[in-house]
Amino acid sequence: MKARTLAATTALCLLTCASASAHWLYVSNEKDDTLSVIDTETNELIDTIKVGERPRGITFSGDYKYLYICASDSNAVQVYDIAAKKIIHDLPSGDDPEQFALAPDNKHLYIANENDALATVVDVDSRTVVAQIDVGVEPEGMAVSHDGKWAIVTSETTAMVHWIDTATNTLIDNTLVDQRPREAQFSADDKELWVSSEIGGTVTVMDVATRQIKKVIDFAISGVSRDTIQPVGIRLTKDGKWAFVALGPANHVAVIDRATMEVANYVLVGRRVWHMALTPEGDKLYTTNGVSGDVTMVDVASQKPEKTIKVGRFPWGAAMLPKDKIPQ
Amino acid sequence: MSAAHYLGAFAGIARRELLRFVKQRERFLSALVRPLVWLVVFAAGFRAALGLSITAPYQTYIQYQVYIVPGLIGMIQLFNGMQSSLSMVYDQEMGSMRVLLTAPLPRWYLLLSKLLAGVAVSMLQVYVFVVVAILFGIDIPPRGLLWMLPALIPTGLMLGALGMLLASAIRQLENFAGVMNFVIFPLFFLSTALYPVWKMREANTLLARICDWNPFSHAVELIRFALYGQFNLLAFAVVAGTGLIFFLGAVWSFDPARRFRAGRTA
Repeated sequence: MKARTLAATTALCLLTCASASAHWLYVSNEKDDTLSVIDTETNELIDTIKVGERPRGITFSGDYKYLYICASDSNAVQVYDIAAKKIIHDLPSGDDPEQFALAPDNKHLYIANENDALATVVDVDSRTVVAQIDVGVEPEGMAVSHDGKWAIVTSETTAMVHWIDTATNTLIDNTLVDQRPREAQFSADDKELWVSSEIGGTVTVMDVATRQIKKVIDFAISGVSRDTIQPVGIRLTKDGKWAFVALGPANHVAVIDRATMEVANYVLVGRRVWHMALTPEGDKLYTTNGVSGDVTMVDVASQKPEKTIKVGRFPWGAAMLPKDKIPQ
Repeated sequence: MSAAHYLGAFAGIARRELLRFVKQRERFLSALVRPLVWLVVFAAGFRAALGLSITAPYQTYIQYQVYIVPGLIGMIQLFNGMQSSLSMVYDQEMGSMRVLLTAPLPRWYLLLSKLLAGVAVSMLQVYVFVVVAILFGIDIPPRGLLWMLPALIPTGLMLGALGMLLASAIRQLENFAGVMNFVIFPLFFLSTALYPVWKMREANTLLARICDWNPFSHAVELIRFALYGQFNLLAFAVVAGTGLIFFLGAVWSFDPARRFRAGRTA
């Protein structure tokens, strides 16, 4: 009897566990009000999910049970339950949330409110606003350091990086960077902060300990006009070797060698590339190409684009659900 | 006739083709420079640094330089096919054609041997061109070089057979300029060698239809798919079918008895 139960369980697992052989990439489609789900093994679209209006930034909860979605035109951060496959509730977010970052305590969500020059801190459990911090005009990029000490906001019009102490939720310092800073990312060891400047066309690398600028990285692609090089998304590989920068309407992703801080390569992707996501192993990079409405998979080792997958209209944010977290 | 006779005849014809190719250095140079000029100058002029829309067999966005490589490989084989037809016109004028055709072997075999020798020469040119293109930094999948090999044989045979058919219709070397204008240019420009069909369709649907029907398009597509490890059945069928028709036409038109009669009435 026991053996039969075991056999039945194994058979059931073989059937259901088979689907979890690959990570799932979630992409928010700004104009379609949907999420597209891509299987990273086959690189094919496996699901499309209806969500709130104009979804942009998306990020998973620490336990990967929920996906937080900035539904900008619904003026809400929506909480999507991965297992139940539905939106379970909204979080108070302030007006026009565009990007956010979840603190490592898995409890505090830092949201940039573009129209109000505010950063809103929301407790995701009690669904209440914990703090609102005045920052520069048109805040956009958000990042929280891996040790949870710093929250970073970039304000597009003020062209500043704002350093917020998360213990007191107060603004400690500001750093002036090139025009229209869009995204901020901490390195895995929290020693560096990378910030992209869309109009300035550069990426600024800062030393977190001193909050000083270490290096400003410039871009040039032969045959591509300088004005179209508009850096937005940034992804750093966990091994500390490479940094990827999405160059917007230049339709390329720059690959930066972290050791030399120089551009090693430019990878051709779809039109107006905004954001990216890496697989947990760091072997594949996915880019959201807004104007062409697709996602390009880049092989990290060879630094070559391998496949472009059609998704909804104007894909914007991207987040990766690891295969061991996919609900069976 | 023993197999040795057949083999001997083939070796003789192939040796003559190869020798002719090796001795004419400028021919080799021009065969190489022509596609390279297209690749380096023409493709740069198109400024497609931002990538072309995705069409099969490509899986993602590609640069224009990458797109035109199979077309330029086709161009090498097209010119080579025409060049060997040029040499046949010369042979007719010089009388060596008669020597070839009076060999005690089936005519189709002699012509096929000549075609195969021409294909071998064109492949040599193609591989030198591809290596130079890679040195120029054009992204060509290394494994594609091997996959391309079997595709180059039917395409080379088809284009060579077309050249042979034309050679039978041309009596004098001077007429060859007409071939350039009325055969090579339309075949090349009204094909998928330089632009995908959808691009052509945007401009003119009639031209796009001609593009679809042009056997040279299918030769280019057969090579293009092969470069990416894929087999395009339709392209193969069109290349094989038209190749066979051209070849049968050439065998028929090189019938010495028929040519003799035609010569007497002329």
